[in-house]
Amino acid sequence: MKNLVFEAGMEPERYELDAPIPYRFSFKRRSFFKTVGAGIIVLGLLDKAVAQESGRRGGGRRPAPQDIGAWLHIGEDGQITVYSGKAEVGQNIRTSLAQAVAEELRVPVSSVRMVMADTQLTPYDAGTFGSRTTPDMARTLRRVGAAAREILIDLAAEEWKVDRASIEVADGKVIAEKSKQQIEFGKLTKGQKLTKAVPENPSTSVPAARSAPKANADQIVTGRHKYASDAKVPGMLHGKVLRPSAFKAEIISVDTSGVADATVVRDGNFVGVVAPNDLFATRAIKAIKVEWKAPEQISHKELFEHLKKRARPADGGRGGQRTGSIKEGLESADVRNSQTYTVAYIAHAPLEPRAAVAQWEGDKLTVWTGTQRPFGVRGDLASAFRISEDNVRVIVPDTGSGYGGKHSGEAAVEAARLARGAGKPVKLVWTREEEFTWAYFRPAGVIEISSGARKDGTLTAWECHNYNSGASALRTPYSVANLVSEFHSTDSPLKQGSYRALASTANTFARESHMDELAHALKLDPLEFRLKNLNDVRLRAVLDAAAKSFGWGKKPKANRGFGIAASTEKGSYVATCAEIAVDAGKIKVVRAVTAFECGAIVNPEHLKNQIEGGVVMGIGGALFEAIQFENGRIINGRFSDYRVPRFSDTPELETVLVNRKDLPSAGAGETPIIGIAPAIGNAVFAATGKRLRSMPFSSGLT
Amino acid sequence: MANVTNLNINGKSVPIDVDSERTLLSVLRDDLELTGAKYGCGEGECGACTVLLDGVAVRSCRRTVGSVGDKKIDTIESLEQNGKLHAVQKAFIDADAMQCGYCTCGMVMSAVALLRKTPKPSRDQIVRAMDGNVCRCCAYPRIIKAVELAAKDGVA
Repeated sequence: MKNLVFEAGMEPERYELDAPIPYRFSFKRRSFFKTVGAGIIVLGLLDKAVAQESGRRGGGRRPAPQDIGAWLHIGEDGQITVYSGKAEVGQNIRTSLAQAVAEELRVPVSSVRMVMADTQLTPYDAGTFGSRTTPDMARTLRRVGAAAREILIDLAAEEWKVDRASIEVADGKVIAEKSKQQIEFGKLTKGQKLTKAVPENPSTSVPAARSAPKANADQIVTGRHKYASDAKVPGMLHGKVLRPSAFKAEIISVDTSGVADATVVRDGNFVGVVAPNDLFATRAIKAIKVEWKAPEQISHKELFEHLKKRARPADGGRGGQRTGSIKEGLESADVRNSQTYTVAYIAHAPLEPRAAVAQWEGDKLTVWTGTQRPFGVRGDLASAFRISEDNVRVIVPDTGSGYGGKHSGEAAVEAARLARGAGKPVKLVWTREEEFTWAYFRPAGVIEISSGARKDGTLTAWECHNYNSGASALRTPYSVANLVSEFHSTDSPLKQGSYRALASTANTFARESHMDELAHALKLDPLEFRLKNLNDVRLRAVLDAAAKSFGWGKKPKANRGFGIAASTEKGSYVATCAEIAVDAGKIKVVRAVTAFECGAIVNPEHLKNQIEGGVVMGIGGALFEAIQFENGRIINGRFSDYRVPRFSDTPELETVLVNRKDLPSAGAGETPIIGIAPAIGNAVFAATGKRLRSMPFSSGLT
Repeated sequence: MANVTNLNINGKSVPIDVDSERTLLSVLRDDLELTGAKYGCGEGECGACTVLLDGVAVRSCRRTVGSVGDKKIDTIESLEQNGKLHAVQKAFIDADAMQCGYCTCGMVMSAVALLRKTPKPSRDQIVRAMDGNVCRCCAYPRIIKAVELAAKDGVA
């Protein structure tokens, strides 16, 4: 059953693998207890392993189950339950996956219940990232649904002794037209497990492009939905972790004698407390006297120089490309351009910070946490506590967002360590400052592009080097005979990892800005120049659609400018047009039109929601989001210091959906974010003549 | 300071016994199982913890429970009456005004406070009243639409 294995395997971007196992605990070797005040101290043998440093995780591909029963169950009462290891983090896959099965089983969406992201109940899944849920999981579940439908027909044919060709499935029933018989699913399956293997090629249908409402919206608007941070188990206490003074810091000395009303748990560099409520836990942490030693570290001011200086040679891996001769391409050009672009580290800042509730029963551990990799976190827990994965259950309630920022399980491991030390279930909710500091960041990057083009607008040379931020969308979609594109890994001073659309935001920003520069140098219309060098019909289609809807070619009002950009990543195509206004050196995005194509549309309303959200989130990275750091500390790790987009930053938005029913559905949660930054930058140039090559643009106009 | 022994929550007098320096948010969530109000930042910058205090939208993460006195606290859990959603809750569903939903309860409470004071707000008034609430998924256009929808339907 090759086709059910997640061909996904989806080698994540290299840097995604560098997310750490946060701790190596030594508690098993020796621990002793000491009572202080009203609390207990649990001391482990001091471990040399440095807390919160990077390491490499295991994982890799595992085959997906071939048995229908592992994915889908039809209860005797007709209840359809579908099991998926994917996690809902706001991308609305609880709804879209239910739609996939419902469409194949010909039942209303509301009759499909999704059980998701529970390592005990759902099949193994590598994680919810890379826009793979729709192309892989939905495809798998469609096949499962279609196969189950065929089983129902088989069962009915046998029961009624009629030709199966005369039987159809409709409206949640199996119906034999001629004999006028019909039966409900549950009465046919009698609650038994469907043990048949999913056939190679069951006949599945094209997504119906229907706007089913969000599956558990009523739970959310009433506050009844329990996020991981809302979870509660009997006897649960509240934990807090003593954070190092800086990244890479190690403990010199600790004095916990001032702690009252709390249990201190110490294991090497890990120090935490457990208390009856969060106030007492916070007080206990403050009462600990600790001396740290940390190496000197660079600040954001030296960042780009550092990234270039420490770069390793390109290895010709992902995104790498070499054709023709750059030298010849440049020689044959009428216009040449060579520029450097930069993007800052930014924070995901999911509104629900990392949170976990951990409960031990003997050597068995159950953890409720918000993560995009429930099975990965199970592995992290098993290795941190040196127990079998079978003894660990990770349950991920629908989570307060991730954007690629929750691939790791730090809070889960910490809560479990505290619970182990305290002998009670423990809840740990990271503060916003902790989330801003001890999670990981979208990589910063330096991108250098040298290019040439002839007077008629033909690109003749394109050489592009990305340092650190990643290889996604590094390859230009434009046709050019002489081409070099390379990704260079380097030394990142901050812990970095995945982020919505990965490096395609950075690479699209650099490329689409550079294309705009060439167009202006050639005195060509930026849209026309792009189309002249573009053969990809899907990208051309979104460019045309966005330009048409936006009114590209019209003249903007005074102090306003229009900009356009397009790109493709993860099988989706996006083009964004932006109208900006500049007032007293401040950039305001007035209007944005985004045309988007991701194959056959699954749920138009939810797709629009993702596109709008992506565009507005992208305005944050384009205009003002940037992490500032100095000597191992984050300087602006709070919402009062780190600005995120708000209502007042939201422009007038329009989305144009291009539905390609003839193409497989691609994921759509990520790619809509990548067009807005260059569209804004290009619009600013059109309005002011000033070219912005560093994201965020906030300081660029002053 | 003496412990707080009573709070006036969702139309009921609720006996409790908690340290007065604890935040209202923590007491609502951890002691009273009212988990609709969320922790988002702890500094009153994101609005996820919004509740009404005598009808005014406040950040419960910035209020000590000792400072509340006998003021009336309304949380998201009070909005649904006899199984019927409040007009603002319904409008959020109808406008598909959420993604991960973590900000939603705070958004709904801010919108309720706004509409009680200004039943027919302009778009600008909505933006100004709600600008202290962060939706990191950036579903802002739909949240504005939801508030407009609720205003159209009339909110008591």
